[in-house]
Amino acid sequence: MLKPRVIPCLLLRGRGLYKTVKFTDPKYVGDPVNAVKIFNEKEVDELILLDITATPEQRGPNYALIEDIASECFMPLSYGGGVTSMDQVRRLHRLGVEKVSLNTAAFNDRQLVREACDTFGSSSVIAAIDVRKTLFGKYEVWTGCGRVNTKVDPVGYAEELAELGVGEILVNSIDRDGAMTGYDLPLLTKIAARVDTPVIACGGAGSLEHIREVLTGAQVSAVAAGSLFVFHGKHKAVLINYPSPGELEGL
Amino acid sequence: MSQLIVVVDYDTGNVGSVLNMLKKAGAKAVLSRDPEVLSTADRLVLPGVGAFDEAIGNLRRFGLYDLLDELVLRQRKPIMGVCLGAQIMTKSSEEGRLPGFGWLDARLVRFRAPPGETLRVPHMGWNTVTPTAAGAAIFDQVAKPMRFYFVHSYHMLADTPGIEAGMTTYGYPFASALAAGNIVALQFHPEKSHKYGLQVYRNFVTGFQSC
Repeated sequence: MLKPRVIPCLLLRGRGLYKTVKFTDPKYVGDPVNAVKIFNEKEVDELILLDITATPEQRGPNYALIEDIASECFMPLSYGGGVTSMDQVRRLHRLGVEKVSLNTAAFNDRQLVREACDTFGSSSVIAAIDVRKTLFGKYEVWTGCGRVNTKVDPVGYAEELAELGVGEILVNSIDRDGAMTGYDLPLLTKIAARVDTPVIACGGAGSLEHIREVLTGAQVSAVAAGSLFVFHGKHKAVLINYPSPGELEGL
Repeated sequence: MSQLIVVVDYDTGNVGSVLNMLKKAGAKAVLSRDPEVLSTADRLVLPGVGAFDEAIGNLRRFGLYDLLDELVLRQRKPIMGVCLGAQIMTKSSEEGRLPGFGWLDARLVRFRAPPGETLRVPHMGWNTVTPTAAGAAIFDQVAKPMRFYFVHSYHMLADTPGIEAGMTTYGYPFASALAAGNIVALQFHPEKSHKYGLQVYRNFVTGFQSC
């Protein structure tokens, strides 16, 4: 029996790990290599690493740092941030990154998505969608780390990405980011119902109950969370943590 | 003197992860597609992610196909195939048209849902492996329950009984590892499977015997 994957999602800013709220207000949570070592000991299912300043700064991935992180990462590692070319994808795979996540580049360049899937295999390519809800409750896709409103409907966009052949779709809710009040169930339910491609839910997890809720309610294949795995207690003290095997068994 | 492990570089996939885990296992390992380097190897690792035909095509393009046949079948160098690297050790795949090496009397079939059930393909995530007698060496001292990370849409099906080295259930039981003589084929990714995978690499590097 296959358990749904529970994935810490770590945000890179310069050489440090940070955690944001609604994609702003970054708070330093520690050294990435050190955090990965702790997640190793806790035998986490997978890790997602997103460089949140690469695209805004119009630069590519920090390969030296990613290599340091990957060399300590004895579980599947996904990387996203500033990837715009096949050469970058190839280089990341060779460094020890299993899956490369395309977000802004996927939106701007569907050919890159198709080519990456054909060349490296679908299971090596994730498409990430950042979604924000308007005052009127309409969902819209944002790119550039939450800076550019494309006004595109995320459900239709997810279908398009699925057709291009991506292995997984990471759906991140900007409004829920860092809120720890639960995943955006209506959004995730809609997307997961419309694509066969595995969906990774992200944004809003504050408890294991939230994870259970989205797994049963929205039929997603995996869940990702940031704050939940780097903060502890009501004052949000920094503490790298992960559910025990027993707790995961109960999900 | 420590043995030289050569990871075969034929442009498919996660070679960085394989090298990292070999290093963690204390092995002297290099990545190469140079026939001379491959020939001096004590043991070989055949990695791989992607499509069957592309993998076979790349091996031929780099002039490694016949060489590997020679090193594995005649010189009997111990070799461990991982994921696609394991799959191409079999005779054929429903996925591709090109034949595999055929070192193992097995073939690849796509996951099919048992009647009346649904089965998401690819089989992706952590699953358990139950070793059989043929898997005693490669799974020696791996902590139980043995958990490994899988990503695949096709699975190995042995045509000779007794070469299954480990079994996993996804929809139905399938062979997640095959072993025969100097050859071991692992469907999962031990390089991405924490202490369980580390022990498998240790076993391959130090304990897995050619015969």
